[in-house]
Amino acid sequence: MSGQSKAFRPEPGALTRWLILGIVGLVFLVPIVAMGEFTLRRGLEGGYDFSRWIAVFSGGLTGEYKGVLTALGNSVVLAIVTVAVMLVILVPTMILVQLRFPYLRRAMEFLCLLPITIPAIVLVVGLAPVYSVIAKMFGSGVWTLSFAYGIIVLPYAYRAIQANLSAIDVVTLSEAARSLGAGWLTVLVRVLLPNLRRGILSASFISVAVVLGEYTIAALLNRVNLQTALVIVSKSDPFVAVIFALLALVFAFFLLLAIGRVGAPRRSRREPAASITAPAAVTPTGASS
Amino acid sequence: MSLATRSASPTDTKTRGSGATVEFRSVVKEFPGHRALDGVDLTLKPGEFVALLGPSGCGKTTALRVLAGLEDATSGRITIDGSDVSGLPANKRDIGMVFQSYSLFPHLTVLSNVEFGLRMRKVEKDERRTRALAALEMVGLGAHAGRYAHQLSGGQQQRVALARALVTEPRVLLLDEPLSALDARVRVQLRDEIRRIQIDLGITTLFVTHDQEEALAVADRVAVMRAGTIEQIGAPEELYTRAKTSFVAEFVGLSNRLDGVIDTPGFVAVEGVTLPLIDEAAPHGAVSAYVRPEDVAFSSEGISAEVVSSSFLGSFRRTTVRLASGALVRVQHGSTTPVAVGDRVFLSFTGAPVAVKAVDAS
Repeated sequence: MSGQSKAFRPEPGALTRWLILGIVGLVFLVPIVAMGEFTLRRGLEGGYDFSRWIAVFSGGLTGEYKGVLTALGNSVVLAIVTVAVMLVILVPTMILVQLRFPYLRRAMEFLCLLPITIPAIVLVVGLAPVYSVIAKMFGSGVWTLSFAYGIIVLPYAYRAIQANLSAIDVVTLSEAARSLGAGWLTVLVRVLLPNLRRGILSASFISVAVVLGEYTIAALLNRVNLQTALVIVSKSDPFVAVIFALLALVFAFFLLLAIGRVGAPRRSRREPAASITAPAAVTPTGASS
Repeated sequence: MSLATRSASPTDTKTRGSGATVEFRSVVKEFPGHRALDGVDLTLKPGEFVALLGPSGCGKTTALRVLAGLEDATSGRITIDGSDVSGLPANKRDIGMVFQSYSLFPHLTVLSNVEFGLRMRKVEKDERRTRALAALEMVGLGAHAGRYAHQLSGGQQQRVALARALVTEPRVLLLDEPLSALDARVRVQLRDEIRRIQIDLGITTLFVTHDQEEALAVADRVAVMRAGTIEQIGAPEELYTRAKTSFVAEFVGLSNRLDGVIDTPGFVAVEGVTLPLIDEAAPHGAVSAYVRPEDVAFSSEGISAEVVSSSFLGSFRRTTVRLASGALVRVQHGSTTPVAVGDRVFLSFTGAPVAVKAVDAS
């Protein structure tokens, strides 16, 4: 038997891993701690307290700052619809190109990476007349922004999925499944998507992050999302705006965690590997040979 | 014989002839600017193991893929047991296939991989598991059912792929260079195992390879392909000893190409020696004669030559000598025969040329 097919990959030691984790953690932690510290300041008299946090949670969210909650809801809807648009259109298209039209891969890559080179403000100039048509067809609901967001997340989503696609032999896996009797839909659902899980998750993560942080398009197309709401709040009370920014970060963290949990492989549930043994006596199946 | 039955009685001996008949009829496959198959005619008898042998780009894999339904033939017909499958999609042809690259589904365990085809056929869970485990037992991997592909060696992965292809009891088994990614020892081991299982199950098998040793070792018949056509098909011994074309003579085994003349029907004169011809219909006049290295021997008198190089190959030695005419001849002889570069030796022919070709033929 040949050696294990798993390639040898040198891994960093425990100390190096913790060091890297610590440095990266600090990069993220410092601004967050600074934001937290800022929200606890008592103003000119000095010292710290939780008065602003208490004010937000003891009625601010249902009264003065209710708009932020609404905007947060809008952003969540936008994130969900954008991810859905991305998954429904981009993933099958990329698989199709990989399987049947590999010569279109370059063109597809160019097309998908194009939005990253166009500033949002320029995009909006082009999108404005398009949205007047969209408003007539679908109404002016905030969710329609997802069409535009589907374009701006394209470069990131494409890269994430393409990296995964390149790492697996899509053609052979599809052909193997086909030769075993699987139709194209089964090939897609049972063979390709499970193996693209990592790329799809990454694409979803980044799409959610982009949508939750998007301001320009929403502001210029007069839609309300989390970022536009935070800007409005910051004009009246910068401390509260930072509180909401922190809450938005926590929310995004848990949202991404939830997506990760939902999309994570569940191998332990799938096969009771240890209990699988060959039958002592195998009975004929009756199938002809 | 079904896999499950076979597993229940592992001492069963050979049961042949339960496979399907496969026929290629004038099959043409064209790609843009390239004709991969140029009117292929081939018949596989029930339970027969046929190897498609040829150099890269000769169309052997295309022929296999057209039979599998992974490529559509441009024209021609493919039938299995008399019914035309040319228009059927790959998933409806009931053909098992093992690919060159490991094609196990990485997200599934070995058992789930083997069960996949049965799941597609809506076989009930208990029977599915029983048959999948029997198939894994057949390839000696019953104990690895709970593992994933990345936890197996290359040879083990190909065994699982074989079990997966066979568990559905397909009408035909297609092997697309399944051994080429394995190291030499595993390749021989798995090759013999494939042949044993194929004989046990009696499944009609088409095996694509560019390795002549592999093809000659396992196949009932070998079809040598060149430029989209079958150059010659026959039993391994027939191909080796009675090559119909110079291409087959040169591609299958080693050959010495020597200038000769046919003056008398049935005989060719090579280096002043008259040799009998296997094919008496060979053309008259100047020809190239193809003589196997094992049909040339050192002798005390005969054709004078000088040793150019000599390689020790285990049970035998292959020595290259230069004749007075300048032609290089390989001689296969016992490994104990002492030869040194520069030695003067004499050669004699112990066998007939396996093929001759008129020198003006292409």
